[in-house]
Amino acid sequence: MRIDSQKCVACGNCLAVCPVSAISIDPAIRRATVDRDECVECYACENRMSKEHLNPTLVRAIRGFLKLLRIRFDPEPDVCPTSAFAPEELQWPRSIRRAFSDPCIPHESTGVYGRGTEEVKTNDVTNRVRPGEVGFTVEFGRPAVGTRFREVQAMSMALARIGAVFEKNNPVTALMADPRSGAINPEVLEEKVLSAIVEVRAPQAMLPLVLRTVKEVSAGLDTVVSVGVAVRCDGEGENSVEAVLAAEGVRAFRGKTNLGLGRLTNLETARA
Amino acid sequence: MTNTLHRYGSPESFQDDFIVFIRSSKGRNEIGSVPKLKAFLRTALRHRPVTISQYRRGSTVRPSENLNPIVHWRRPVQDLTPEQIIEAITEDHTVAAIFDTPEAMEAFLREVKAADWGLSVNVAGLTGETHACAKRAGVCRHSVEYSLGFQGALDRLPERPVLELSTMCGHSMVSPNLARKMLDLVREGRRTPEQAAAYLGRFCSCGIFNPTRAIRLLEAAGGGRR
Repeated sequence: MRIDSQKCVACGNCLAVCPVSAISIDPAIRRATVDRDECVECYACENRMSKEHLNPTLVRAIRGFLKLLRIRFDPEPDVCPTSAFAPEELQWPRSIRRAFSDPCIPHESTGVYGRGTEEVKTNDVTNRVRPGEVGFTVEFGRPAVGTRFREVQAMSMALARIGAVFEKNNPVTALMADPRSGAINPEVLEEKVLSAIVEVRAPQAMLPLVLRTVKEVSAGLDTVVSVGVAVRCDGEGENSVEAVLAAEGVRAFRGKTNLGLGRLTNLETARA
Repeated sequence: MTNTLHRYGSPESFQDDFIVFIRSSKGRNEIGSVPKLKAFLRTALRHRPVTISQYRRGSTVRPSENLNPIVHWRRPVQDLTPEQIIEAITEDHTVAAIFDTPEAMEAFLREVKAADWGLSVNVAGLTGETHACAKRAGVCRHSVEYSLGFQGALDRLPERPVLELSTMCGHSMVSPNLARKMLDLVREGRRTPEQAAAYLGRFCSCGIFNPTRAIRLLEAAGGGRR
């Protein structure tokens, strides 16, 4: 993302808006600028700030006059007064940043928006996590720290070594040069994204081993890792994972519950 | 997407935060899904959710491409009505309704079950409370994904009130810096909690930012809680 210095009036509103603090005011030119290496192309600034289309010269003149009088204008904080953001056309490998960071565009590999994966949300119709298995979502970079793919690779290779199976329909898996080893395409290893999720499945007996592996690798990373554990429930809606998590000293009181109401209706609709 | 999974807070802080969402699965049940998504939201409105939303568009608070400068002096805290959100649904994207009591969610789930739309319905929230409500509504849960919290470089995370607010957007579109700015504006009396919650909610592109919980957190911050 770039900021058009002809339009920017250095009001500073966008600084707080950037999830990874990639925007600052350059005192030499008195304009907001984007640190391209830190910017993850999430488009929070361009897509989510409201826009006025005021004349920059007029706005700078008013701001300069008010500054002389030591008067502080208190604007709406989510507004760019001059619509100064200038998205650039992204080339590979930088284009991968937007694919993983902007929730409003789909991942090419899965066609799914957001992180690009359906996970347990549609498990009632996909059977992605089967009885006797656990599914893991190991997410890097959130909230708002960001991650580079070399950190994701450290985890994916460790999980591959212990025999975890990567979810095929997942954008990080699609980036792997070798899914058997968990090695990721070297062209993207230094690209920074807001978030990326490694998804694996394993037999339920491997739950403690996977948790320990994730904990060990996370301790050596300079990003934040969030872990989700998915499990099928029995006919009474119960599962044994809660007890295992408690035994591992993990407190899990919040999550996503799939209510099992989905069906394969495309055929029904076609016949109707 | 894990946009509803990893919200930060104690169990007590989620007593008013239950997100019920419905979605299709490509190749399985997406045909004819749009009327079902609309019906889901119209049904939800009967149970007074704190907000409704469609993924990629947002909730009742949304940014504007062409703002009138008068907003710096007078601006509503809601940009769209729930009916406008429903009328604008033309594509097959997840829709959600957020409830601030388990009772309202349970009553809604009874109607969801009876409607039998055939799409996947999920609830993000306290797993124990959700399980109990679903049982009473006659629904047997199929799968659960548990949030195990954060690991790694925890010293890069912001302070608790900022985390509680910013993690309500699971795609990290609500910047911790903006959440901190809103906390300061409320503490200084320069914005009301309702206004601050609206600013933050506009950044959540799938609209699952809970304004009721945000207002409560911001009100607590007004007393200087850390």
